[in-house]
Amino acid sequence: MMPEAALQTVLIAMLGGAIRVSTPYLFVALGETITEKSGRINLGLEGNLVLGAMVAYALSFHTGLPWLGVAGAFAAGLVLGLLHGTICSLPKVNDIAVGIALMSFGIGIAFFFGKPYIQPQAPRLEGLALGEWSSNPALRQALQINPLFFLGLVIAVALWWALANTRPGLILRMTGDSEPSARAMGVNPVRVRILATVLGGGLAGIGGSFLSLSYPGSWNEGLSSGQGLMAVALVIFARWNPLRCVWAALLFGAAGALGPALQSVGISQGYYFFNAAPYILTLFIMVASARSGVAAHAAPGELSIVK
Amino acid sequence: MTLHTLNRRTLLKTGAAGIGAAMLPFGLPRLAAAQEALTIGVVYVGAKDDFGWNQAHAVAMEILKATPNVTVVEEENVPETDACAKSMESMINIDGAKLILGTSFGYYTPFMLDLAAKYPDVAFRHAAPLWKDSDPANAGSYFCYLNQAHYVDGVAAGLSSASGKIGFVAAKPIPSVLSNINSVLLGARSVRPDATVQVIFTGDWSMPVREAEAANALVDAGCDVLTCHVDGPKVVIETAEARGVKSCGHNASQAPLAPKGFITGAEYKWETIYTMYADMLAKGEALPNVVVGGYHNDMVRNTAYGAGATPEAIAAADAAIAGLKEGKPIYVGPLKDNAGNVVIDKTYDNYDPYLDGMNYLLEGVIGSIT
Amino acid sequence: MDATANLPPQTRGLTVTARRAAETLAISLGSVALSALLFSVFLLLLGKSPVQFFQLVWTGGFGSAFSIQNTLQRSAPIILTALAFAIPAIIGLTMIGAEGALVLGGFVAAITALPLIAAGAPPLVLLPLAAAAAMVTGAALIMLVGWLRHARSVNETISSLLLTYIAIATMNFFVEGIFRDPASANKPSTMPWGKENMVGAIPGTDVHWGLVAGAVLAVALWLLMSRTTFGFAARVTGGNPRAARAQGLPVGSIILTCTALSGACAGLAGFFEVAAIHGQANASLVAGYGFTGILVSFLARQNPLAIVPIAIVFGAIEASGGLIQRRMGLPDATSALLQGLIFVMLLASDALYGRLPLFREREGA
Repeated sequence: MMPEAALQTVLIAMLGGAIRVSTPYLFVALGETITEKSGRINLGLEGNLVLGAMVAYALSFHTGLPWLGVAGAFAAGLVLGLLHGTICSLPKVNDIAVGIALMSFGIGIAFFFGKPYIQPQAPRLEGLALGEWSSNPALRQALQINPLFFLGLVIAVALWWALANTRPGLILRMTGDSEPSARAMGVNPVRVRILATVLGGGLAGIGGSFLSLSYPGSWNEGLSSGQGLMAVALVIFARWNPLRCVWAALLFGAAGALGPALQSVGISQGYYFFNAAPYILTLFIMVASARSGVAAHAAPGELSIVK
Repeated sequence: MTLHTLNRRTLLKTGAAGIGAAMLPFGLPRLAAAQEALTIGVVYVGAKDDFGWNQAHAVAMEILKATPNVTVVEEENVPETDACAKSMESMINIDGAKLILGTSFGYYTPFMLDLAAKYPDVAFRHAAPLWKDSDPANAGSYFCYLNQAHYVDGVAAGLSSASGKIGFVAAKPIPSVLSNINSVLLGARSVRPDATVQVIFTGDWSMPVREAEAANALVDAGCDVLTCHVDGPKVVIETAEARGVKSCGHNASQAPLAPKGFITGAEYKWETIYTMYADMLAKGEALPNVVVGGYHNDMVRNTAYGAGATPEAIAAADAAIAGLKEGKPIYVGPLKDNAGNVVIDKTYDNYDPYLDGMNYLLEGVIGSIT
Repeated sequence: MDATANLPPQTRGLTVTARRAAETLAISLGSVALSALLFSVFLLLLGKSPVQFFQLVWTGGFGSAFSIQNTLQRSAPIILTALAFAIPAIIGLTMIGAEGALVLGGFVAAITALPLIAAGAPPLVLLPLAAAAAMVTGAALIMLVGWLRHARSVNETISSLLLTYIAIATMNFFVEGIFRDPASANKPSTMPWGKENMVGAIPGTDVHWGLVAGAVLAVALWLLMSRTTFGFAARVTGGNPRAARAQGLPVGSIILTCTALSGACAGLAGFFEVAAIHGQANASLVAGYGFTGILVSFLARQNPLAIVPIAIVFGAIEASGGLIQRRMGLPDATSALLQGLIFVMLLASDALYGRLPLFREREGA
């Protein structure tokens, strides 16, 4: 049995991990939620994430202003989103395929221009020390929280509220659920989808800036290791609900911290499976909670992958 | 003391005849670079500027590039699949390369061995201690035993740590990594018998987020010195500095990343080998099959001490380096693994091939390799 | 009236097919040319010569017998993984788990062969059995995804991605654990088969038989999907699953069959990676072929026959990427950039079909 102290260590690590690791997933998932709510899927947000990380790091390095880096990452994400949005608005063009192609393109640009920034150190975003009341250094570290995490929470709540209660929210949902109804309302679905993809791409870019400027807080070519792709998948898991995106991202982050934390208290047998815990857990929850109809109900009707 | 005469590893394995085999240019193409142009093909598994393993090679490669009549062609991000064989073959067929340097472990078997048999007039050299007498004569190995520098890290860490607990972020439980972990432990225990090394495996060579998580978990578990063996140590060193603990580097100098807590670090000196290759090529001599070494022949070094190293630690580490240069063994048997089995029955020379197959963590290391 | 309207129906059909083919060719070549033009501008901005660049793409991809074989060898696994994506895509499933099926299939093939080799089985017995094991493993993995989708409404895109990560972790766990060859020091691998038990090259070449297997399967799957009742039912299911159900089509068994075929293709790719290249299973099986196949399949618009030439073009870009690094001092990311650009252009060009006056079916007049 695990002694109490060890259990506490693991739990604190998972709490910290949930906060530290979840933020990029949260931004990408929220961005993708906006895009998918409009009836389009952008599978290429991994490219936005990686490009955002590189641009943020480079800008922070050159100007010494990490928040300018965040803004730059947002802008880079917007541009890639605009490319995806416009190309997919052409007739007969498949959004999933364009997403994968733009992912390759975005990563290519990031790696091409990111070479000089692997070695130098750029100023990072400072975290807010919210754990000063505790005498436990591990807990203090876990509660050293980056403002971007709170920004993500705020965006999630605002998005959740806006989708249900505002006219833009209604237009977005309408466009995603039924293009003919949207047209009947006098909405131009093409424009809505482009805007939704642009905004979604920008949020994913911010997620990238968190990776390079906060945690782990460094730029190199292995930085993301597929987080953007996974976050897009989490949106389906979260059933296109911004609040569920928060829970999904937190859960995924906490599960990601499990492997290293268990090893730190001496449980290291089968670490490959502990490291794969986020994937196993997500799959398990999906299978357990899947009931015919529920998931399909929440899905935007125009989305190509759920048709 | 020249490199050519120092090949104890081969001596241990095959006796005096082995030295001859390793040194004689039999069956080798005449690489007469002094007279005619020579093209060298170099293949890297990652980006050349990864601030880690590949960069350590790429920086040292500049020495070959500066050699007269030598052209170096390089390819980066070449995976350990048939893609590496095709890249090397393309260098031979299209660029006319007569010497191929493969810098990633998995390139050797089967890819470079097959190519060496297929292209007998091209020389192949691979950066791991793998070449055997039964392998093609135009193939060969070169390697720096970095665990010696990690042993020095351990000595310095043991005396710079308050708790005696050293954290180690490791990629995979393979011999070259395990040897570094065990050497850190033995170094630390040589100056502080109660020292421990706690290891966390990330499972992959480059997983920055998981490396940061592992570093944080180790600090939370009470470690006050961190070191690592992953492709790019930057994240681990920066995390240690941010958490206010000390650190030891790996692969290249990370001293600027941790102005407060950096102790020292283990660095390769590939340039020693590449300089030797360049000299021999310039003279038109054939390259030896095996070149391996460590402190005694200037093939590894420790990073200049940082602010984290205490004066006693510096003195003890300097003494440890002096010992290694004289061939003082690291693995003084008998030693048990952390499950209680005797795994090292006697004292082994630092280049003994027995140690190349290390598949255990010594007593005092907290962690498991499965 | 169309000028061909007076011709006998068969000839007319042929002209339509020819016109469609011409349209596809013209649009594809046009968009590749446009990407090349854009990329040339990029190169000029960097101060590099576009002429040299494209000469090197040719030299490295097709310029000599060696280059052609290099290209073909690189395309072999991609043909199979592209087929693995295309077949479920025809019935409307976005399955991105080919990478996992390849890795797990290759691993199972590697360990299935070991007791057979120990028992002295000849390659002619051993190889088909190992291939079958790989295909069954891959099929089981992707069928699981298909079944979860059909019976439990679990989204196949996310579950196939999750299962890929889990499959890779499983392979690593066993390869570094109980199936590890103690001699595979720094590169944990299963026991090697030995050269004599491996798949050789196609006579007269350096290219392994995986290429032939891929091409044969492409033709077979094309016949199945476009020339049989099953294929028709599958296409109806892909077009509109509800309508297919209403018409009484066995949607469940169509899904299971197509996912099984998909997984078998990916598993076979894994088999060839082990049987023709590595001779054992290790982490090198995770090479990204599964993900590359997705794009190739999209560019082929899920047509199994079109997958073969597109995979070969892809192989050529990969094959020449190294030469470009060496000769022009451009980083490896250059190839990724060019690939991304060409793919985006090709995909965007889908919008042009049926819109170019030259190829349009004229009506009235």
